[in-house]
Amino acid sequence: MTLKIENITKKFGQFTAVNDLSLSIPEQEMFGFLGANGAGKTTTFRMILGLIDPTKGKITWNGKPIDYSTSELIGYLPEERGLYPKLQVKDQLVYLARLRGMKKQDALNELDIWLERFKVPEYKDKKVEELSKGNQQKIQFISAVIHRPQLLILDEPFSGLDPVNVELLKDAVIDLKNSGTTIVFSSHRMEHVEELCEHLCIMQKGKPIVHGELREIKRSFGRKNLIVHGDFSMDFFKSHPLVKRARITAEGANLQIEDESAAQQILKEIVDLGFIRKFMIEEPSLNDIFIEKAGAAYE
Amino acid sequence: MNNFWIILWHTYITKLKTKSFIVTTIITALLIVVLANMNNIIGYFSDDDKNQIAVINETEATFPLEEQLAALNENMEIEYFNGTVEEAENKVVEGEYEGLLILTLGEDNLPAGEYKSSSIADSTVAASLQNVLQQIKTDMAAEQLNLSQEQLAELYAPVEFNSTALAENAKTEEELSQARGLVYVLLFLIYFAVIMYASMIANEVATEKSSRVMEILISSVPPIRQMFAKILGIGLLSFTQMVVIGLVGYASLKRNLSSMEGGWFEAFGFSDLSMSTVLYAGIFFLLGYFLYATLAAFLGSLVSRIEDVQQMIMPMTMLIVAGFLIAMFGLGQPDSTFVTITSYIPFFTPMLMFLRVGMLSLPIWEPILGITILIGTTVILAIFGARVYRGGVLMYGKSSSYKDVKKALQLSKKEDSAE
Repeated sequence: MTLKIENITKKFGQFTAVNDLSLSIPEQEMFGFLGANGAGKTTTFRMILGLIDPTKGKITWNGKPIDYSTSELIGYLPEERGLYPKLQVKDQLVYLARLRGMKKQDALNELDIWLERFKVPEYKDKKVEELSKGNQQKIQFISAVIHRPQLLILDEPFSGLDPVNVELLKDAVIDLKNSGTTIVFSSHRMEHVEELCEHLCIMQKGKPIVHGELREIKRSFGRKNLIVHGDFSMDFFKSHPLVKRARITAEGANLQIEDESAAQQILKEIVDLGFIRKFMIEEPSLNDIFIEKAGAAYE
Repeated sequence: MNNFWIILWHTYITKLKTKSFIVTTIITALLIVVLANMNNIIGYFSDDDKNQIAVINETEATFPLEEQLAALNENMEIEYFNGTVEEAENKVVEGEYEGLLILTLGEDNLPAGEYKSSSIADSTVAASLQNVLQQIKTDMAAEQLNLSQEQLAELYAPVEFNSTALAENAKTEEELSQARGLVYVLLFLIYFAVIMYASMIANEVATEKSSRVMEILISSVPPIRQMFAKILGIGLLSFTQMVVIGLVGYASLKRNLSSMEGGWFEAFGFSDLSMSTVLYAGIFFLLGYFLYATLAAFLGSLVSRIEDVQQMIMPMTMLIVAGFLIAMFGLGQPDSTFVTITSYIPFFTPMLMFLRVGMLSLPIWEPILGITILIGTTVILAIFGARVYRGGVLMYGKSSSYKDVKKALQLSKKEDSAE
């Protein structure tokens, strides 16, 4: 039960959307797919789904190519939400579930469970266009998981949701993972990926620039964050030899340094400058890594 | 259930339940009932409302106006007016009389008339009065010439004229008029079915695309299966609508059938249809529907917004209008070279080949060739359409033009040509 992506390349005319990407995602894993806009995430998803064929390379699920015979095993939440605006939630979800090989009665049962879980049972007979965007999002999510897929592809699942609903959906995703579903999801929100995924991949112009286990990626990044709050001017950090990157904030400065010995050194230098209210070393966040790695290509 | 049937059934049921479909069907059915009962309705409104015509006779003679009116079964009453022309005119303006007829004698001692009315929009009254007067004039003229009624009848008897076709198994006059009637009906059926249902298909596809539900659909069901399920679903819908309208039409016609006998009903050849013509009508109608429906689905997949659908299917509508016009011309001259050639152009075949096969005695290979071309084109269009469909539904550009066909094809290509 492994999703294997082997050396896929996709070209649209002269433009290369995905360049020689290889991934292997084992069963019961949540895989995070990151990348700036236009990095090739959605194109990769569409290739996994068989919506478009790769120019080179191949994609297999469980050793078999993915086509219409396997569509019952796969669930897809597209980035651009797609539901029939004039159709009732119930009709809509039953229709889509049946197209993925589910029996009508099973779909109805499952539908009730999901609506209950997302605290929206009253929407069952409403038209989709009458729902708010966030609630449409929940319906869309149900349409991706109602047929209990083995492989679930979520393109930006949490966008447009309030924090309470993000938690609801996140819990649902974690439960699905624990029950054995392989999940690939993309997001711009680094904290979600950080929280949910053990493995991830950052795409940059169609190429994976960071790929591996989250902890490993953080460790090999080779930087630490240093937060300094104090009552003196921090401008000199911008040209300090030990500081890789400095951002001056209202209360002080957020710095990136090589390691803890550099922090020690800095502390010695600033101790006489004035009162220090906060001096803290942090692991780098995925956000920092993303900006560092993906942002570099823009410069 | 196979997902082909799921899509077909879903398309059918959801469309069937829409308000617009129900309203259109009811309105059309009502219209049919009204049309079928037109005679009764007109009769109902004009029964107790005979047109009152004032007549001023400025001559010494008397004219048998009432008798002639009665003979012509006209719905009017005349009243000789004792007074001046001005008085009569005033009464017409006030609305007491529908109109005023002033009778005079010409130099040749034959009657002449002048009709005055507050408006001459209703020309039927004036026309019937003229008719009546003409009859009287003819009689008087005949009297002056000392002609007997028999001689007069002889003068007016129509000439005996028959046309016979010499070619073997050529259609007789009777068969021709039958065929003409059926061709007429089928032309309208194809025309309306394509205009209504093909744009319904294009809209359906465009709705799925603009609401982006297509991305999910196309990842669960192959596009070609989806396309044909939709085409058949809408086809079933149109069939339902036609059956409803047909039944209503049949029921209301049957009530009035006695008054129709010998009228247009028979002239159109419905009383006794030839089986082969009916068979051809069915075949060409179905094939025509599939050809245009496939084209519509293909065009619908190219637009990103519903608003662009009409613009996109405009050329298709033009094609069907052109076919319709050629067919109307062809009704009079089914054997002209122009009709023959155009009947092999697939988009015109359903109308023109049927027209020819119904009205001429064609060798069997001609309609078969036409049908083959039609099926072939539909298959090619379907295969090509399915590829564009697959690529097109992933394309959400601002523009929606025919240039997008190329882009859509590239998107659905297996191998890049550069490789």
